[in-house]
Amino acid sequence: MSKGEIVMGALAPHPPHLVYADNPPQNEATSEGGWEELRWGYERLRESLSDKDYDVIIVHTPHWATFIGTHFLGIDSFKSLSVDPIFPNLFRYNYDLKVDVELSKAIHDNAADSGLLVKMMENPDFRIDYGTITSCHLVNPEWNKPIVCISSNRSKFYFNSEVMQANMIKLGEATRKAVEASGKKALLLSSNSLSHRHFTVEPEVPEDMSKEHVTNHNQYLWDMKMINLMRDGKTKEMIDLMPDFTEQTVAETEAGSLTWLMSALNFPNYKATVHAYGTVIGTGNAIVGWDPRKAKI
Amino acid sequence: MRDDNVRKGILVPGLPHPLLCPEKNEGWQRVRDAYEKARIEIEETDAEILVIYSTFWPSILGHQVQAYPEPEWTFVDEEFHDLGSIDYKFKMDPEFAELIVDKSKERGLHSRTVSYYGFPIDTGSIVALKLLNPDNRIPAVIVSSNMYANRAESIVLGKSIRDAIDESGKKAAVVVISALSNRLHTVEIDPKDDKIHSLKDHEWNLKFLEYLEKGRLEDVSQLSRQFHNEARVPKVVSFKPFWIMASIMGQNNLYDGNVLAYEPVWGTGSAVVTLTPAEDTAGDLEYDEDDPEFFKGDREVLDFYEQPSMGSLEERDGH
Ligand SMILES: [Fe+2]
Repeated sequence: MSKGEIVMGALAPHPPHLVYADNPPQNEATSEGGWEELRWGYERLRESLSDKDYDVIIVHTPHWATFIGTHFLGIDSFKSLSVDPIFPNLFRYNYDLKVDVELSKAIHDNAADSGLLVKMMENPDFRIDYGTITSCHLVNPEWNKPIVCISSNRSKFYFNSEVMQANMIKLGEATRKAVEASGKKALLLSSNSLSHRHFTVEPEVPEDMSKEHVTNHNQYLWDMKMINLMRDGKTKEMIDLMPDFTEQTVAETEAGSLTWLMSALNFPNYKATVHAYGTVIGTGNAIVGWDPRKAKI
Repeated sequence: MRDDNVRKGILVPGLPHPLLCPEKNEGWQRVRDAYEKARIEIEETDAEILVIYSTFWPSILGHQVQAYPEPEWTFVDEEFHDLGSIDYKFKMDPEFAELIVDKSKERGLHSRTVSYYGFPIDTGSIVALKLLNPDNRIPAVIVSSNMYANRAESIVLGKSIRDAIDESGKKAAVVVISALSNRLHTVEIDPKDDKIHSLKDHEWNLKFLEYLEKGRLEDVSQLSRQFHNEARVPKVVSFKPFWIMASIMGQNNLYDGNVLAYEPVWGTGSAVVTLTPAEDTAGDLEYDEDDPEFFKGDREVLDFYEQPSMGSLEERDGH
């Protein structure tokens, strides 16, 4: 068996607004559009994947928050309706997805070996979180690849960002080793926004783009700081700044997804491709790809 | 019992263990039994609406009120999925939900009803409704807990809910779903070994329960920020359940408190407490009186406690 590899890592945020704006048949809510910059960014990310052959999507998700270790989906298919608890008016999505349980279990076992507390989720009635669904839909609307879905352990709440990062670095390494040993080609998704202070009101027409902007200038500056480090290939520096960034912008990076991704990619020192930056109800969202082939050039 | 449109206030914890596996730990069973006692206490009132405020349901866009008439689902907790699934079908009161939204808008809040098939009702609300209202005898509404709301917003939300209760002419039972200390064991434990996560959490829980036992709801409301700093993992900006409960129930200490259980559930301080509006209290501290709108003469509140033989001051106590 040839060695498996990560063919691409992506920061793939999950505002349900982007699915809503796209009007796919799976979503019950319909819209007049909106957030084009981000949706076109996803289009560019999909294009960048078009020449990649991959077997599985591995997603780390803030919206499956666990406090007792890190959990992994352990059943091979799920079909149900996902309704966003915050934006139920926008996102009521009928999903039907497959799970690569073998790889899921392999990452689980590797993580356990590295000292992390882990658990397989084996209840068939479990409902998949809307973050996972949104990111996976926007990257692969055909849903023709199985996924591995990893919960976000919220050690930041119980300890601090440093503990969270240390755990996510271990989880990233465990993920990389499991992919390599599996012989599979994997796409990794960090399903999170950057700055994350929302507006607390919604416009009458949610897709009214005259109302959309970043919540405050501080958030914008921090987002740009992080994105420029990605563009410059300085991901270790970005990880060092992560606790301050998260604190200052109540960033969704608190869930650890981006730290996990950087670790799984072995902290890229090559340039990331920023496909888009835009705001959704005030939060900062970047769609960014890391292509490990660039490391080899 | 004082004649009040809110017949009863009930604090319950929200984790699923007392519903799904009470037999695994004696304390979980006692919490389960306490839910049952609280259910009977509610049944003994003439409450016509269950108003639920759940700290397990976070919202961002102001305040959301569940208004789907008969939500139905097979639910799995995202953390404790191995305990099993929960089938539910509940009965909501959409009209009352709309009234809460109207009243909260009148008081300057941003709020809306949510009424969608498949909406993910939170673990706490599901556990509470299954155990406190198993036959859907009383229609319910569920109010979300806004992540960013602090005291002023929470107090105004409580007052808006109170406005809705009074305008509806219905008698209400108010259910607030929250742990006291909320620090979970972040490792697997043998259920038999469950204990409150830390002694400090336990001591703060006991202090709050001492007050609640005496019906001192407004006092615990006033201490919420202190409690948030001392005994809560700060996942949200503030500890709101007692602000909400007190502002719905009148911002005073005029209650008979009944602590039906206090046990660790996976490390958290899980209490079932009922508060019943009382005619009079043994109090001699601030907030032991009602919240007066007009001065109607000397209430002799302090004198009363120096001269216990005087008896009740009902005639002249400012009403
Ligand atoms: Fe999110």
